[in-house]
Order: sequence, then C-alpha cells, then structure tokens
Amino acid sequence: MPDSATVERTDAELIEAVLGGDTASFEPLLKKYQPRVFATARRYARRESEVEDIVQEVFLKAFHKLNSFRGDAPFEHWLMRLAVRTCYDFLRAHQRNREMTFADFTDEETDWLDHFAAKPADASENAAAARELVEKVLALLSPAARLVITLLEIEDRSVKEVAALTGWSVPVVKIRAFRARAQMRKCLEKLARGKYL
Amino acid sequence: MNVAELQKKLLAAARVNPPSDNVPYAFEERIMAQLAAKPTFDFLATWNRTLWRAAAPCVAVTLLLGAWTRFAQRTDSSRETLATDLESSLYLPFDNSTETW
Repeated sequence: MPDSATVERTDAELIEAVLGGDTASFEPLLKKYQPRVFATARRYARRESEVEDIVQEVFLKAFHKLNSFRGDAPFEHWLMRLAVRTCYDFLRAHQRNREMTFADFTDEETDWLDHFAAKPADASENAAAARELVEKVLALLSPAARLVITLLEIEDRSVKEVAALTGWSVPVVKIRAFRARAQMRKCLEKLARGKYL
Repeated sequence: MNVAELQKKLLAAARVNPPSDNVPYAFEERIMAQLAAKPTFDFLATWNRTLWRAAAPCVAVTLLLGAWTRFAQRTDSSRETLATDLESSLYLPFDNSTETW
C-alpha cells in the first residue's frame, strides 16, 4: 500500500485543500508549474532579478485569486493566462522608447548582419548573435506588439489561444498582430537604412 | 537587404532558441515563506482604500440629491419654500403689530 505522503494529488485536490485553508498544499503546484512560468517570464524580461519578481508576482496572485479559478479549464491554462498578463503589465511598466543604432550592436551582431546582407540563406538562426539581435529588436517594440509577436510568431500559438491568454478579442489580436509585424519591419528598416538600404 | 527576410530569420532565431526554464535554488521556499507570513496591518493603506471605496457612493449620492433638489424646485407649484416658511414663522410675532402687551 503506498504511503499517503508519496501519493501524488491532482491539481484539483491541491486547489481544494488550499481553498480549505491548507497553505502548504500550494507548494506542489508551485513546484510543478514554476519552470513553465520562469520560461514565459524570460521571454519578456532579460535581467534575472526582474524574471524572479515577475514569477513571484504570478504565484502570489495565483494564491490570492485561487477562489476565482472555476475548474472549467486545466489549472495550467489559468495560471499561464495570469503569467502572460503579469508579463504584459511588466512590459507596460518598463516601457522604454529608446532609439537603437548600429553603435548599440556588438561586433558579433554586426558580423551576423553583414553576413546576412551578403548571403541571406547562409546566415544561421542558431547563432548567438541572431538571438541577441532579436532580443534587442523586440525590446524596441511597444508592449502590445512585443506580446503579440512573442505569442503568435515565436511561441507559434493560434489567434484563438492568444485571445484566451491575453483577454483580447480575436479581431483585436489580428489587428495588433498586423500592426506589430509592421512595427517590427519598420524598426529593422530604420536599423538597416544607414548601412544596407 | 531584404528586411522581410531578415524579420523572418530573426523570428526563426527566437523560435529555435527557447528561454531556459531553470528555477533558482529554493525559489518555492521563498514564495511559501511569503504566503505563510501574516500580512502586517497598514493603517494608511487601509484608510486610503476605504476613502477610495467611499468616493464613488459619495459622488452618486451628491448627484442624486442635486438632481432631486433641482427637480423638486421645478415641479413645486407653490412658490413658498421651506426657507420662506421658516422665516415667516419666525417673524410672525413681530409682524403682528396690533397685539400689544
């Protein structure tokens, strides 16, 4: 017979226990979902201290709002919605409207761009320089544009999923996606204008 | 340079390099400690919250009373208002000049 401590309780059971006043039952939920929330937060914040602040806020909110979880959808979906909205709030609070020029690029990033300009097909997506470059370009976008580009284009989610995660309607997601792509293209054009265009 | 192609390439770069899902050591303990800690009573925050909560009903009551007063003044056929009634009642002994003591 399995020991009662080793029997894994379902999310629903844990949530019920937390709502019944057993705060300790929140820990298994926390352990189970924190890697996903950390990965999500790292898409929007670069500094590790900011990432930790976001994740902490997500879990504190989840604990305090747990009574609003109706159990219609899996807990993970509810938690991810909370995480995405917290990340969006973070982006809005830390919005930086700064310009970027070639001077902000490292040598590796400039080399990667030179390589791309000469032979676009040969430039590797896996290069660290490309990763850094996309981070810098995304940081130039508005919070809504960054969120929608990340969810739709990078995480490959459907419009419906993005609507559910953000709380925006499907037409709003479509409009914001269109604007976000245009905004990103404009940023890239601006960057490339001096040297490559 | 083909900007549309560059955009595709950069988005592909972001797709193939997902962020790490590493969790800092004992992170869950930090959260659990925060949840276990009893919230300290912040008098100013509570007072502030109460005032904000009271603001909307106060505005609503003010608007309702204002509207009611205006409406009552318009529909009242008698010209006598409470103020004039009070005034005439107060001055009644002085106005009655025929009576002497």
